[in-house]
Amino acid sequence: MDLFIEQLPVVLEALNIGFIQTLKLFFVTLLGAFPLGLIIAFGSMSNFKPLSYLTKFIVWIVRGTPLMIQLLIIYYFPGLVFHNPIWGGGEGGRFAAAAVSFIINYACYFSEIYRGGIQGIPVGQEEAGLVLGLTKTQIFFKVKLLQMIKKIVPAMSNEIITLVKDTSLARIIALQEIIWAGQAFMKGSQGISGAIWPLFFCAIYYLIWNGVLTVLLGKLEKKLDFFR
Amino acid sequence: MSILEVEHIKKSFGKTEVLKDISFNLEQGEVLSIIGSSGSGKTTLLRCLNFLEMPNKGVIRVNNEILLDTENPETLKESEVRKKRLHFGLVFQSFNLFPQYTALQNVMLARELLAKERPDFKANRKEILDEIRVNAEELLRQMGLEDRMNNYPHQLSGGQCQRVAIARALALQPDILCFDEPTSALDPELTGEVLRVLRNLADKKTTMIIVTHEMAFAKDVASQVIFMDDGHILEQGTPEQVFDNPKMERTKQFLSSYS
Repeated sequence: MDLFIEQLPVVLEALNIGFIQTLKLFFVTLLGAFPLGLIIAFGSMSNFKPLSYLTKFIVWIVRGTPLMIQLLIIYYFPGLVFHNPIWGGGEGGRFAAAAVSFIINYACYFSEIYRGGIQGIPVGQEEAGLVLGLTKTQIFFKVKLLQMIKKIVPAMSNEIITLVKDTSLARIIALQEIIWAGQAFMKGSQGISGAIWPLFFCAIYYLIWNGVLTVLLGKLEKKLDFFR
Repeated sequence: MSILEVEHIKKSFGKTEVLKDISFNLEQGEVLSIIGSSGSGKTTLLRCLNFLEMPNKGVIRVNNEILLDTENPETLKESEVRKKRLHFGLVFQSFNLFPQYTALQNVMLARELLAKERPDFKANRKEILDEIRVNAEELLRQMGLEDRMNNYPHQLSGGQCQRVAIARALALQPDILCFDEPTSALDPELTGEVLRVLRNLADKKTTMIIVTHEMAFAKDVASQVIFMDDGHILEQGTPEQVFDNPKMERTKQFLSSYS
């Protein structure tokens, strides 16, 4: 027990540092994937067939293969095949590679959610906007966007909560996120080795963060209840 | 001079010819009722006038200005269409109000967005927006909705929604206001309140085209009636001519199904 109390601050400090990296990856992914997903959604809905087929093909590849493979390929491919390790060394390079992989992967999932949301809006909304002299851009931003957001909040909430846990996959390219930090105490780090309990603490970090997100997303859903 | 001249409009969807050579004129302040069975092309005609569909052939003139001439590709450009639409207003069967905006916001939205394109908008922002709001409130008052302005569409009855939609179309002061079966989605009790609004507009000499199945109303309010059948205008004239003395056998047959 004494040992535990002695080790706890050391472990928590390491986990906090790891968790900050986890949160960074989480937010950067959302920031990139929200808009990129919308662009991909418009691509796949385009009337220009080659563009729509191309985007659908890309979405098929990205959704059809494991994120872990995508991470490994994006991180190692430039260096091993072109002898041009564009990601640079160190934690910064690993983070950049992880962020790019996550953004592309999640944007593809988001694009399908967006597409469903946009196509679920009755045609009459667009037509009403057109006869009132609105441009297509105004119709999207002033008429459709909020209706789309309302429709997709439940599906998006699912993806966002999955993303929190998926960030741990970046462990495979040794990104120093929270699992990496917790695992270090199994192998031995800062005089602590063979300890499994830090991993339980990792799980608690994920649980709390997902709890916070669930509450926030629930509030957003309530907030959009003012219209139907 | 007619406010609206439609000449030889043709429209096909794939191999189906929906409009086969439609021509008519409409005078300022007149109310034109278009009647006919489902599938006769009434709605497609209204959608062509509002450029929701592009006619394959024909000419549309408003106040002697050519809005569309299929022989002249200049008039078919997408960028031009938006301005031309503003000559017409369209009220839909299913209202198509924007659910996330209140009644008042629905009426104000299009004018606000247009106002933002004015070069003097930044300088006179407050005056312009105030004027739009006052105007929208006045329109809703005319529709008998003074105590419903801040309600969202889902809080309104169908008849109230349709009246908001009419106010929304009027806010842009179109030359010609079109109605596509404005009461067909309403139960009979709510039909009356919308028809009364149309009656008022007619009394104020609003130029209107009304596609409707309300024969008694059409006969009462219209100054001109068109009976459409299978993509043609089969009969056209005053309500007395079309309703009381139809010349064509098909018109008689159609009207008899309503009596």
